[in-house]
Amino acid sequence: MTMDHAFIRQEMVEARQPPRGTDGPIAWLRRSLFASPSDALLTILGMLFLLWAIPPIYNFLIGHAVMPGGTVEECRAEGAGACWAYIYARFNFFIYGFYPIDQYWRPNIVFIMGAALIIPLLIPSAPFKRINALLFFVVFPVVTFYLLNGGVFGMRHVPTEQWGGLLVTLIISLVGIICSIPIGILLALGRQSKLPIIKTLSVMFIELWRAVPLITVLFMASIMLPLFMPTGTTVDKLLRALVGVTLFSSAYLAETVRGGLQALPRGQYEAGAALGLSYWKRTYFIILPQALKHVIPGIVNNFIALFKDTSLVSIVGIFDLLNTVQSASSDINWSSPTQAVTGYVFAAAVFWIFCFAMSRYSLWMERRLDTGHKR
Amino acid sequence: MAVQDNIGSSAPRTSLLNDPVVRGILYQIIVGGLVVAFFYWIIVNTAQNLAAQNKTTGFDFLFRTAGFDISFTLFPWSRTSFYWQAFLAGLLNTLLVAVIGIVFATLLGFALGIARLSSNWLIARVATVYIETIRNIPLLLQLFFWYFAVLKAMPAVRASFELPLEIFINQRGLMVPRPMPDAEFTWVLVAIVLSIIAAIAVGIWATRVRTATGRYPLRVVQAAKIADAVVSFLVAALAFSLLAQYVPALANASALIWAAAVIVAAASLSRFAPYARAIVAFALTFVILATLLRAMFPAWPTAAIDIGAAIAGVVMGWILLEGTRNRPPSEGRFPIALLILIAAGIPALVYVVTGAQLAFEVPVLERFNFKGGVQLPPELVALVFGLTVYTAAFIAENVRGGIRSVNKGQTEAAQSLGLKEGDRLRLVIVPQAMRVIVPPLTSQYLNLTKNSSLGAAIGYPELVNVFTGTTLNQTGKAIEVIALTMAVYLTFSLLTSAFMNWYNGRVAMVER
Repeated sequence: MTMDHAFIRQEMVEARQPPRGTDGPIAWLRRSLFASPSDALLTILGMLFLLWAIPPIYNFLIGHAVMPGGTVEECRAEGAGACWAYIYARFNFFIYGFYPIDQYWRPNIVFIMGAALIIPLLIPSAPFKRINALLFFVVFPVVTFYLLNGGVFGMRHVPTEQWGGLLVTLIISLVGIICSIPIGILLALGRQSKLPIIKTLSVMFIELWRAVPLITVLFMASIMLPLFMPTGTTVDKLLRALVGVTLFSSAYLAETVRGGLQALPRGQYEAGAALGLSYWKRTYFIILPQALKHVIPGIVNNFIALFKDTSLVSIVGIFDLLNTVQSASSDINWSSPTQAVTGYVFAAAVFWIFCFAMSRYSLWMERRLDTGHKR
Repeated sequence: MAVQDNIGSSAPRTSLLNDPVVRGILYQIIVGGLVVAFFYWIIVNTAQNLAAQNKTTGFDFLFRTAGFDISFTLFPWSRTSFYWQAFLAGLLNTLLVAVIGIVFATLLGFALGIARLSSNWLIARVATVYIETIRNIPLLLQLFFWYFAVLKAMPAVRASFELPLEIFINQRGLMVPRPMPDAEFTWVLVAIVLSIIAAIAVGIWATRVRTATGRYPLRVVQAAKIADAVVSFLVAALAFSLLAQYVPALANASALIWAAAVIVAAASLSRFAPYARAIVAFALTFVILATLLRAMFPAWPTAAIDIGAAIAGVVMGWILLEGTRNRPPSEGRFPIALLILIAAGIPALVYVVTGAQLAFEVPVLERFNFKGGVQLPPELVALVFGLTVYTAAFIAENVRGGIRSVNKGQTEAAQSLGLKEGDRLRLVIVPQAMRVIVPPLTSQYLNLTKNSSLGAAIGYPELVNVFTGTTLNQTGKAIEVIALTMAVYLTFSLLTSAFMNWYNGRVAMVER
């Protein structure tokens, strides 16, 4: 075979230089901070903003702040930052409200019990889910009520007017979510039902409560609930707020659960019917376990919204966390220019920690449940 | 259950109770009966309670004199006004806050949502921190913060903070100038509307021609060149005169400034356009940055600020030079300068020709308070601010979700067609993302409107405060007042969902 090719390379091609600037810190800077003129401008402005904003915030929160143990005179000094000494001094008020000091062990037991029950409930691999859920959703609220309210086993009666602070915030949000889960599920099933009267009633209920702001619901509960009861009955103030919050959040929860019901393939309903299961058996054994699993992140998000919304009960005169902080800010013993701001920052931090943790949990759960079977 | 009703005819007859149709009817009768009984029970109780308290029902109280003050209304209000006017005042105040809040929250929310997806690491982080902080803190707490800790802590009237543009802020709120247009100014407003329409029309027409023929119409291209020069001249003049104000040595060199601006304009028609643009970018960046830095960090040495700003200016100019060197020829560029010139130039011309005047009534500090201008109460400012900041975080998440919902293949397809990033977003991604963004966006608007009821907690006279608060306390008509308030919000909600259904029907993806 003759060599009729015109050109055959005799030596290897010299290796080319790698393209300049696709890797390393300089390239990263160019790519992610100075990619284009507008990008560069934004970066410069952003850095200036941070330079301008962060030092005063740092100085306020830490640098010039008066740490626990400080005195009110230090807080009143010119240029003093946050008055953490004030938060430290009034900490018990923010957590327990007006609960009698010698009875603090009762809310403390509630806190410990709640934490001990909810943590294994949130860990998917923890055993005894059924018993755990039963304890948390049924036994725990009852025990909590008797423990806090007293009047049994020789414990002093503590009226709900004296409950307050973070304790009440947690109670309202937990009771709100625990009571609204069954109501919400029933409403969601009702909305999906083929029976016209049940469907209409569910839709009306859901849409009414979702349409109005929570504050009007709370006003309604606190003003109109006593009117609706037989003459002579008195309804506890906290209970009124709880009713309002539960009605409100069950409507939102119903919509979340409906999302889960609608996401199930039709085949699941049809297979259940083909097995000859009745409506309730089909719903209980086949539909709800799948639908609820899918909407766990949604339910957690509902819970976050509810947790934030509980701060509204301060408007109808309940001493939740926000209200204790707000009323403590007029405490003359600690009056200083930064008193109010410090209180708000503290309350914001507490709310933020709870909500952020829950939202991360919901995201984690979403990823866990996303097993690639999404339609 | 009705699914199974074809079994009924052929299957052997069992108890009537096992027939799903009969069961369904039975269930409904039971539930309906329970609901009716529940309402009957409530109504009887309420009637008894009202009778025991010697109260009457009915809406006749709306036509009685209210006899209380409302701190802020959009129409003249006096103690002799009627309750229905109080209702209207509260409703209008709610709508006012809602409209202003929606506008600002949309702007901020879209900016944040896009920023969070930005390829700029710093901007994306800042947006993320903002969103994660704001949406995990209750709105009421934020409103308390803005109202009690920020606005109520503002200095007294005599020591008001002066902001740019003759705006003052103090304990009593925000004092802004009141625009006082004269009769001729109407023409300017007409011209603004008409010229914006004209600019949009020209833009659409030019794009259509380009889509049909592959290039922009010749006349538009020629006009765009002139417009480019004019806009370059104006921007250069602005940049250089700012520079002259900043640099004392140039303070009296106005002839130099004009000459330089003319040179830039001439250069923008030649192949030296990128260099001219880079010089203008340097001047603008330097002046703005240096001024900003001096205001933000008064403690820093001015020489260091100047040097830093100059370096940033050089970097900006250089980056702009790199970025615009390979621009397509003007025949292939969208004539944005021309459209801006049409939209802004014609009204300016009308303003000069008709001799219209737009005076501003500036707030002036007198002995005890400000006189003139518009006085926005601190409650309004705090509520708008709080609602905007809070809702924007949620809107940003909707926008981010919407943009991310567009399939990656769409971006890749647009890239392979050779579209630049801006065009890719404008023509391919955003139109598809809007389909996903708009429904949650409308419910955020509804949420903002509902959340404006929290203004009651900081004393802003909106619907809940004026009506469910004061009116209810004075008249004791709990049922009527709360029913009316709920009816208002229910109407908002129904209107919103009607809009959403209409929009969803319109933009729904046409599937194969």
